[in-house]
Amino acid sequence: MTAATAREIREAIVTGRTSAVDVCRASLARIERLNPSLNAFNHVIAERALARAAQIDEQRAAGAALGPLAGVPVALKDNLCMKGVRTTASSKMLDNFHPPYSATVVDRLEAAGAVIVGKTNCDEFAMGSSNENSAFGPVRNPWAADRTPGGSSGGSAAAVAAQCVPVSLGSDTGGSIRQPASFCGVVGLKPTYGRVSRYGLLAFASSLDQIGPFTRTVSDAALVLATLSGRDPMDSTSADEPVPDFTAALTGDIRGIRVGVPRAFVAEGVDDAVRRAFDAALEVLRDAGATLVDVELPHARYAIPVYYLIATAEASSNLARYDGVKYGFRAPTTRDDTLTTMYSRTRDQGFGAEVKRRIMLGTYVLSAGYYDAYYLKALQVRTLLGRDYARALEQADVVAMPTSPIPPFRLGEKTADPLQMYLADIFTVSVNLAGLPGISVPCGFTQGTTGLPIGFQIIGRMFDEATMLRVADAYERATPWSKCAAPV
Amino acid sequence: MSTSLTIADVERIARLANLELTDDEKQLFTRQLADILAYAEHVQAVDTTGVEGMAHVNPHGVERPDEPKPSLAVAEAVANAPDAAPEAGLFRVPRVIG
Repeated sequence: MTAATAREIREAIVTGRTSAVDVCRASLARIERLNPSLNAFNHVIAERALARAAQIDEQRAAGAALGPLAGVPVALKDNLCMKGVRTTASSKMLDNFHPPYSATVVDRLEAAGAVIVGKTNCDEFAMGSSNENSAFGPVRNPWAADRTPGGSSGGSAAAVAAQCVPVSLGSDTGGSIRQPASFCGVVGLKPTYGRVSRYGLLAFASSLDQIGPFTRTVSDAALVLATLSGRDPMDSTSADEPVPDFTAALTGDIRGIRVGVPRAFVAEGVDDAVRRAFDAALEVLRDAGATLVDVELPHARYAIPVYYLIATAEASSNLARYDGVKYGFRAPTTRDDTLTTMYSRTRDQGFGAEVKRRIMLGTYVLSAGYYDAYYLKALQVRTLLGRDYARALEQADVVAMPTSPIPPFRLGEKTADPLQMYLADIFTVSVNLAGLPGISVPCGFTQGTTGLPIGFQIIGRMFDEATMLRVADAYERATPWSKCAAPV
Repeated sequence: MSTSLTIADVERIARLANLELTDDEKQLFTRQLADILAYAEHVQAVDTTGVEGMAHVNPHGVERPDEPKPSLAVAEAVANAPDAAPEAGLFRVPRVIG
């Protein structure tokens, strides 16, 4: 049962072939068996999950209508608040934080019948590309234990790849859903900015953050996105846009769809295996009837500095709230220490190195004398980058590019040099800067059907996840990758 | 502009950010932040004359009327505090004046 998709699980429960409790038990048993080696979960809420599953079974027995995710086990990235359930963002700073409210996405999942089984490991406060910045240690890639699962939502990606759960949620500020999906051989979707409420997501960079699903099929991603989407009065940036029937968009027919390929942008710095897999993916789309068109994204080469200037500026402001007063960790002080000393000592001891580095960078670029040259300049280049995408998405219905320029790298390989780690985010960050939806789908392996997973991403127009999902689904139907399971 | 960063710069930023860095952290961050800022210099090559900055992508305004609504109870608001006086509804902190 743990190999089943969310749709298959719901169907099996609705028709009485299995029960929500049995599905939940199987998920919990697999987590218990695999987590000691994967470290994908920070905590598991077995009792609560089983009680919730029992409720679903009672609803079915009573003849009540069951929700679209009835009995489906779901894992949450540990930066999403769930009322009363420990939420740490994988930081010492929030080691014992129990939120007094749930994120809107959590309420929506539960209203749809989902059974939340636990909180997944991630880079601290979602800052990282390898899951190595976690206070609880790195997650291991289910395909190769010496490799990173990607980050920052590494635990959510690994949990789905290892078939602990069919669905998990992550957050994506600069690629933190799509890159780990690519590294773990699963589907990862970042919705359009504003499509999904951010209420209850611990903020990293508020103009870039979006919550989205990890699944093993595009069809499941469409199902979960439909559950999460829509205006929420608790997040004023959530959009009052109609939510189309994403599942109905999965027709399998992409004849005449124009797929834009930014040839110049993807020409350099891409690993050979990634390039071969990406080129082959474009051929599959062409064979299915899509038209490949060349597009230009002339400012995309500046996406890394623009992203790291803007994201860290926003982070330095958002993380000012962690001061040892309202929640979480407080450093021990003596009678003679003042409030200011308590603040700065708490923040030094509570935050890990990468979080401090980003707070420092963001504080610097916002400080007097540097604001115009760094922060304002980055906002201006962001405008130009947005225009590039707008133009490309007039010439094409979607844009395709690799998700990551490299396959999953070794744990420890890039930790000594933060800049090298940042540079690997080149294909994901521009999508957040432009606010567009993006989905990463598996497109092969470094060797045949073994080796390390590779993904490519399809980027859609603002609020046109439907076309993006249609192309991704058509690709998935034409290829064997979604049937390949991690060797755990 | 120059991206040569000194320890004194790092100490100044750390004060602004309320971070009490160790000496090792100061050394490390001076080097690493200088590397990152040198790379960020690439944006200076872009001609942005007359270009408005984009702080967010929301096409519509995101403001809402400032109306009071039910909120967390005080007991819930202080429940996660490392040091609080819940009966008084207060957070407890070290002295403010040195």
